[in-house]
Amino acid sequence: MPDKHLSTQFDNELNGVSSRLMEMGGLVESQIQQAVYALSLFVENVADSVIENEHKVNAMEVEIDRELSSIIGRRQPTANDLRLLMALSKATANLERAGDEAAKIARMVKSIMARGGFRALPSSELRLATELASNLLRKSLDAFARLDTATAVTILKEDDLIDKEFDGFVRKLITYMMEDPRTISAGLDLLFVAKALERIGDHAKNIAELIIYIVKGEDVRHSSIEHIESTVQKV
Amino acid sequence: MQTTASPEVLSQNVLEVRNLNFYYGSFHSLKNINLDIQENSITAFIGPSGCGKSTLLRTLNRMYDLYPGQRAEGQIMFNGKNILDAKQDLNLLRARIGMVFQKPTPFPMSIYDNIAFGVRLYDDLSRSEMDDRVEWALQKAAIWNEVKDKLGQSGLSLSGGQQQRLCIARGIAVKPTILLLDEPTSALDPISTGKVEELVTTLKSDYTVVIVTHNMQQAARVSDFTAYMYLGDLVEFGETEQVFFKPKRKETEDYITGRFG
Repeated sequence: MPDKHLSTQFDNELNGVSSRLMEMGGLVESQIQQAVYALSLFVENVADSVIENEHKVNAMEVEIDRELSSIIGRRQPTANDLRLLMALSKATANLERAGDEAAKIARMVKSIMARGGFRALPSSELRLATELASNLLRKSLDAFARLDTATAVTILKEDDLIDKEFDGFVRKLITYMMEDPRTISAGLDLLFVAKALERIGDHAKNIAELIIYIVKGEDVRHSSIEHIESTVQKV
Repeated sequence: MQTTASPEVLSQNVLEVRNLNFYYGSFHSLKNINLDIQENSITAFIGPSGCGKSTLLRTLNRMYDLYPGQRAEGQIMFNGKNILDAKQDLNLLRARIGMVFQKPTPFPMSIYDNIAFGVRLYDDLSRSEMDDRVEWALQKAAIWNEVKDKLGQSGLSLSGGQQQRLCIARGIAVKPTILLLDEPTSALDPISTGKVEELVTTLKSDYTVVIVTHNMQQAARVSDFTAYMYLGDLVEFGETEQVFFKPKRKETEDYITGRFG
């Protein structure tokens, strides 16, 4: 928000809660990175630390929501301030879910390792989906910080790539499992991992939609990409 | 600035303001205002001090006529007639378009007579009809239960919030079409303010209400339409929900969010 309020305290509160969201986003990104690292090299203690740190993400969600309620209660925000606060609340919920997905990946890594025989599975094939998902989340947080609607639109388009990657991976996984039924259990775990990555992409997409809501005042959830593009271009 | 504003809803307009200009001597205080007031709705005028919102309200029943050197140009159509016309009967106009002021102004007489006084000017009612009218007005203004046992007491003996509701009852008693409220709660505590706001929203089914307020949250809470004024211009006029959630103009947004212009 470039223009200042008459109340600098109000500005401080809005900036404060916005930067808390970015902090939370940073934590969730690192959780995803760690979970993915644990998956690619099958490092159990890294998976453990992801699971341990999940409570930090949860605590930040609660803390940010508390701050938001306090600001709404005391300031009765309107117009773009109100939209920003609503969006912050929803973005926080999306980040918390993305954090859950990271923890889920870490748990799957442990489960796959416990079964053994995991080297035979195509886990490296998930690298592209992983990169897409964590890049998308970082990009959506950057765009949120800058209220950049043009980038938000590109994020919405990129999320489709992750969905395609996911479909392709599932097909590949099925061929492995048909070839060697002993890999089915670990294969299913890997399927959950792929699904978790796909969900992280969805959360990034939701955050991107919120940027358009703040700036344009229009709720673009569940609308076509063409409609969203024309909304963003509207002056 | 030329702003022709009309909320995009099909309904009956009870007042139509066209190309209204207002001057305090040589000072041009309302600049070409165009605006429609919809029947059975609550319209709020907001804006910083000196923006012209009270002036605009005072043109709607020609209250400004009481002061020399003030003049209005343009049209304010009410029942098919321009009320700015020199031939307009002002007493009749102010009975049709009543007004309540910022500070409660009960007459120094009994609560009963505060209501009956205005009615006697327009209607010739029997004693029992007058009793009914007084009770009806006090009921409408949600103050009946508080005063029914002391109608003979002075209106000045009431609390500020009660006095203001008494004044609203007095305005209603002559059965106007429109009620103009000029910052009706700015001298009241939050509880009395809440009661007056509640009253205003219930009045909407029978009357058209136009309210000037410094309190933006009040405008957001009670009104259906909001007009934002600045330096004599009507900057934005629309449905309250739209104005407070997604104002069309940056100036409006800066004002309602409390930013420097």
